[in-house]
Amino acid sequence: MTSSKNISIRDLKLWYKDAQALHGIDLEIAHNKVTAFIGPSGCGKSTLLRCLNRMNDRIPNCRIDGNILIDDKNIYDADIDVVQLRARVGMVFQKPNPFPKTIYENVAYAPRIHGIVNDGPKMDELVEYSLTRAGLWNEVKDKLQEPGTALSGGQQQRLCIARTIAVKPEIILMDEPCSALDPIATAKIEELIDELKKEFTIIIVTHSMQQAARVSDNTAFFYLGKLIEFGETRDIFTKPKEQQTEDYITGRFG
Amino acid sequence: MSHSMEYNKRLHRRHRADRRFKYYGMAAIAFALAFLAFFFVDIIGKAMPAFQQAYIQVPISYNAKIKDNYNKAITRNYRYLVSRSYLRSLPKKLVEHPELLGTTEQTWVLASYRVDQYIKGHDGHGLKKKYRPHVDEMFANDKIELRFNTLFFTHGDSKMAETAGVLAAAVGSILVLLITMAVAVPIGVMTAIYLEEFAPDNRFTQAIEVNINNLAAIPSILYGLLGLAVFINIVGVPRSSALAGGLTLALMTLPVIIITTRAALRSIPDNIRDAAYGLGASNLQTVWHHVLPLAFPGILTGSIIGLAQAMGETAPLLIVGMMAYIPEAPSGIFDATTVLPAQIYTWSSESIRAFEERTAAGIIVLLTVLLSLNALAVWLRNRTQKTW
Amino acid sequence: MQHTMKRFDEEMVELKEHVLSMGGLVERAIGHAVRAMLEQNEKLAIKTIERDRAINALEVQCDEMTRDILVRRQPAAGDLRFILAIIKVVTDLERIGDLAASIAKGMIQSEESPPRNFSNLDTMGEKVQKQVQRALDAFSRGDADLAMTVIQKDVKIDKLYKRMYRELLTYMMEDPRSISGSIILSDAAKNLERISAHATNIAEMVIYMEYGHDIRHVDHDDAAKILAGDDS
Repeated sequence: MTSSKNISIRDLKLWYKDAQALHGIDLEIAHNKVTAFIGPSGCGKSTLLRCLNRMNDRIPNCRIDGNILIDDKNIYDADIDVVQLRARVGMVFQKPNPFPKTIYENVAYAPRIHGIVNDGPKMDELVEYSLTRAGLWNEVKDKLQEPGTALSGGQQQRLCIARTIAVKPEIILMDEPCSALDPIATAKIEELIDELKKEFTIIIVTHSMQQAARVSDNTAFFYLGKLIEFGETRDIFTKPKEQQTEDYITGRFG
Repeated sequence: MSHSMEYNKRLHRRHRADRRFKYYGMAAIAFALAFLAFFFVDIIGKAMPAFQQAYIQVPISYNAKIKDNYNKAITRNYRYLVSRSYLRSLPKKLVEHPELLGTTEQTWVLASYRVDQYIKGHDGHGLKKKYRPHVDEMFANDKIELRFNTLFFTHGDSKMAETAGVLAAAVGSILVLLITMAVAVPIGVMTAIYLEEFAPDNRFTQAIEVNINNLAAIPSILYGLLGLAVFINIVGVPRSSALAGGLTLALMTLPVIIITTRAALRSIPDNIRDAAYGLGASNLQTVWHHVLPLAFPGILTGSIIGLAQAMGETAPLLIVGMMAYIPEAPSGIFDATTVLPAQIYTWSSESIRAFEERTAAGIIVLLTVLLSLNALAVWLRNRTQKTW
Repeated sequence: MQHTMKRFDEEMVELKEHVLSMGGLVERAIGHAVRAMLEQNEKLAIKTIERDRAINALEVQCDEMTRDILVRRQPAAGDLRFILAIIKVVTDLERIGDLAASIAKGMIQSEESPPRNFSNLDTMGEKVQKQVQRALDAFSRGDADLAMTVIQKDVKIDKLYKRMYRELLTYMMEDPRSISGSIILSDAAKNLERISAHATNIAEMVIYMEYGHDIRHVDHDDAAKILAGDDS
């Protein structure tokens, strides 16, 4: 089932200096589904996630071999513009990191630099739309000119999601988006993920297996830079095929 | 829980050690404060008299002989008590006001530094014994009085202590500082931004980094030699000009600004860069829109501290010839110029007692300027600081 | 491999032991109930009925323990299937206990008119008891093959029951005086057949526990195929 809208990772290998972090990953990520990457620390799940929008380019001595096809186009081809790629593949980080600017500016920034919308009523519309989609509009509509950093942690993270969806990406990468949040804020983000998957392909790295079970349709388990098992979340969490997966999700590791 | 005697004793010892350490720290601070207090009391005590200057009321007769010998304007017994700079100006005054010829007037004029020092009761005033009763009498009759010393702020250096002031040096310092700022800040900040945000991390950039750190540590006098060789001998900048001094100090300040700017940039959390790059901002956009505004207070503080350091610097300026006797405030960056610390140094090596208090007063002026700069740095940082 | 959290392992072992001791009680209750009927031993019947309370108490205890594990350990994969299986197995065991008690109650009722002929009750009792024993063994060892045997043998118990029912029907038609005795006997046989069905349920849960395949309400041949292919 290779539809062109899927993300195909083909034999991806990655080295930091001489240490190989990913050992030939092959993975097919379905369109408009939530895919969770789980595995112990250092298993390569975050590294793989950062390959998908080429954030690894910023790390010196990071070498990559293999293909990642999005819309049947390898994002590591020479003619791919990283700036453009990152507008198509948005990212939400572990620690909420809104810019120390106003809430409005946070959302308007990316559309402006990519020239999607010019400032004015169109931008106001887009800001409102993005904040609404991120489930934040009602909480912030009266204080758009206040700094985004004054919001609570959960609100900040939703602001970061709003900022990401403002450029209408196809794919949203989330790197442990709830690890700094309390359970209620976490639940709101999870509800948001469920809502957003109608429009976006979402890939989430998480250390919480319960979270992976709650939000994802498919789950990939990584260990020591290898993809051990990939399948429907329901199956992974009730009858995994691999012993390593079983051991990890039942808490028998290490 | 029950504690043995041994345990309790140990606990006591630990608490005692804690308290002892606290007292040591307090003692160290008290020691440092005592030094500072001593320094300020001493300097201010010495400088205070310099802000007052003796004036004397004497009869001046505008006669024709003045044109050839200005000493003739005043009787012999007063001549010695009046500042020579005043007498010197008389011929010129007469030319401008010819109607004064043949008149005599009682007028307040600047007293000589000897009278000034004698009135203030300083040792080494140099007033001859035979004049002393006369001066005492005049002082008792209010013919001599102490006024606020405006000359100190409106005049340049002078060989006559009573008219020596800091104006020329202050103007020189400002000019030099402006040149240093105009050269060192943009170059330093740009270098730091390139090294921190753009340059790849390889052997070459590491070597540059090490060398910059070393440059910040080398003795400042070597910068003077470098300035002399490059700016004066090769480029041909006039000796002892504000330009030569400013460029030399810029060389010296550059590493400080680079290092503080890099530290300011490095202190910006990486997740701000992640956020910008993650949204597809380019390198320049990330730095210009996000990192630089956040690092700005730090860069500002670093630059001001660097400039303040340059302002207090003497050694390299000595080499480029700024220790000269400059009585007039410079009117341009190519004019011969002196700066405050150099002025202080010149005065401190004068033998006349009256210069001693001017040295102290000069130090006060310099310290005031430096502390103001530091206060400005703190104020600007607090004003522009953003939280993230 | 052990859980990183050692207490979790201890809790699982404890829970399994509880279920198995409940199984032991149930097994014995079947034997006693059938023997009381065959020997018309009222005392044994009463004792069997009383012992059913202990089985019920154990069920409550097991439920508490599973609840505790679900809340505190949030089991996944194999652990989750184990817990799900136990929830079912415990219910089945409790039902078996009730059915055994019913047989004993039937014996007490039949005292006034004891059945003259016990037909195949002794054989059937033995075979059903064996089914329960096998199911529990399969559960204890996680032995899917043995569980499959239990499932397959259940058909034979059904046949045995039907034959016995027809036999008793003949007696009743021949001699109306034997009706009340025969009805009690047929009830006892029916209860035994139900017990075997519960043993089958247990066996099915063992297979789910081991492989994660749900073979309930699936044709036995298909079930065997599923297990052989290990692919759903």
